[in-house]
Order: sequence, then C-alpha cells, then structure tokens
Amino acid sequence: MRYATTLRIGPVGFRIGSDWRSPVDQLRDLYRDYPQPSDGIVDFNVRLFAARPWRRFVRPSVMIGGDFTIPDAAPLPLAQGLLAAEMGMNLQMALAQRRYLLLHASAVERDGRALLMTGESGAGKSTLAALLMTRGWRLMGDEFALLDPASGQIHAFPRLVSLKNEAITVMERAAPDGRFGPLLAGTPKGDIRHLVPDAAAIAAMDRPATPALLLFPTYGQASDVRVVEPAETFVRLTQASTNYVAMGERGFDALTGLVARLPVRAIDYPDTDTALALVERLWGEVA
Amino acid sequence: MPARYRAPPAVSLRIVPLDALSAVYHRASGQTHIVAPPVPEILELIADQAMTPEELLAALAERFDLPDGDAAGLTARLDELVDTGLVERL
Repeated sequence: MRYATTLRIGPVGFRIGSDWRSPVDQLRDLYRDYPQPSDGIVDFNVRLFAARPWRRFVRPSVMIGGDFTIPDAAPLPLAQGLLAAEMGMNLQMALAQRRYLLLHASAVERDGRALLMTGESGAGKSTLAALLMTRGWRLMGDEFALLDPASGQIHAFPRLVSLKNEAITVMERAAPDGRFGPLLAGTPKGDIRHLVPDAAAIAAMDRPATPALLLFPTYGQASDVRVVEPAETFVRLTQASTNYVAMGERGFDALTGLVARLPVRAIDYPDTDTALALVERLWGEVA
Repeated sequence: MPARYRAPPAVSLRIVPLDALSAVYHRASGQTHIVAPPVPEILELIADQAMTPEELLAALAERFDLPDGDAAGLTARLDELVDTGLVERL
C-alpha cells in the first residue's frame, strides 16, 4: 500500500497500510511514543483502501480491510480515516485474537492489581477508566482487557481512548494537558475524539496485573451497589468476550478461574463524581 | 420398556461449580452450559452408564439425599438435557 506504519499496543503488533497519507500521519503522531512490534513481527494487518480506484480522489471513502474482515462494512469518509484505522485494529483483535481471552472491558491498575469495568456501550467504562487515569491509576485499556489463560493475569491493551459525545468535554476538562486527536464529528457513533494514554500507561504496557475487582457500571440511575454472583458474572463475561467460543476449553478454564476468585459488583451512578467515589470505596472495601 | 439415558464419560465434560449454578464444558461440541442442581449430580451418575428415570431417581435419592421423588419431572429434565446434546436417549 502507498502509506503504512507499524506499532505495538501491549503484546499485539499491528501494521496499518493506507491508500491515503492522512490516516497514517495521524496514527504516527498519536502513537509516536509507542514501541514497534517485538522483533519486527506483526500480529495483525489493517488495510484502509478505496472501494474504487477513483474514490481515492472523488469523495474519498475508506474501506476497512485486513487479515480478517466483515463483509458489507460501510466505508467511512476520509475525514474519519483515523476512526477507520482504530476500528480495523479492534476488528482484528475481536475476530482473530487467540492467545488471550478477550474481555470487552476497560482496565486500570494500582499496586499490581487490576480493576475491570464492563457493560453495554454507553455504560461509561471508557470514560471512567480515562478519569481514573487522571487520578493516579495506570490505564491498561479502555476497550479490551486480555486475560492470559496460562497465568490468570490481565495484560494491557492501551490503545487510544475512544471518547464519544459528552465524554469528550468531560475528558478535555479532566485532562487539560492530555494529547487529543482531531474531533471526528458525525461518525456512525456520534462525535468521537481520541485521547492518548498518559506516559505511565505507555511505559507500563508490558506489565500484567492480577485481576482484583470487576464492576458492571450503569450510567443514569440513582447511586446503587449490588453484588453479582459468579454464575451471572460468568454468563455476562462470555457475552462480553468476542473470542470465548473460539478459545474452547482454554477460554472456559480461564473464565471459570477468573469468576471463582474475583469480587464483582454492579454499580449504578447518576454522574461521574459519584462513580469515582463508588470505585474508590469498593476498591478499598472488597478488592 | 422405558427409555434409558446416558451422559458422556466424565473425562469429556468439565463441570465447575460457580455458585448455586455450575458451568459445564462439553468437550465434544465445545459448548458451554449453565446448569442448576441436580444436573451435575445426574451427569455424574449416568456418566457412561445408561439408566432409566426410575433407576436414576433411586440413585439420586441414595447418593445425594435428593427428596424430589418425581419420575415424570426427572424425565422432563433428562429430555431437556437430550435437547442440549449433553445426554443421549437410548
């Protein structure tokens, strides 16, 4: 492809090729402090390409391809090329990751122990993880937590934090010195702006953590905390994993092992200050 | 002649108690099932060994002190397990 860059996020090496320069330039800038793939070996390829040759120039629209693709995925306008690259990387992980059980969860770490947060889109797992990052926690990832079946440890995948709609303003205020990507207005998920994980998150990305607490946050309700039993947690995590079935018995063992030893709470919160206070309280009490 | 039911040998199932419920991994199909008591006990008793519902009911009562003495109800549970692929009807 005309333009390409390589980078590593946690244990996963990517090569992103593109028919256009701008998405690659944006990736190079935002991921400039990230390492290169270990030994130069790339795990996944992402390709951003024009649906027809002339569509490189005329109303350019970006198709997302790579080692694994979803047929009929709608292309994005070139102005959202960065989002296309991020979606392409997520897609490779979701469809093809086999070494780790992939949990659709955000993760932050303190004292070598990980707090996981998972839930429906809009539950606030990305925003809460990013806010905790500004309060001394190490961000391990806002989208995927990688559970290692061999060790039971969580490995970090600190890609760019994907902030949507109201979360953009929240984080611009909470992280005034943060490095943000361009505002991508009017995407299929609304407005999106990426935030680069802080230096501590990038420096520690190869350090796994022991899972210590799992939260299912729900935004928009009065403050409440509820214990979630292991069987319910197990079922919800199989649904929150894109590769549970593909992992077979290793996935089963990893997940039953995780839920057997992990305290789990569902938390409802009306605003982020309440959520952060709940997180700190529960971390002190049950983690 | 009443139907007889048989589960796979113990080695081909992984049964992990979670809380009141247990997770069952069926190696042959790669499927995971969440089951309530007395399903783990049933799977253990008829592992690689066919029984009629009446025989199984007696074995459950003896081994696990389960008071639910209803052969029709047990047959319904067994037929559900046949639908999941965890148990064969012979």
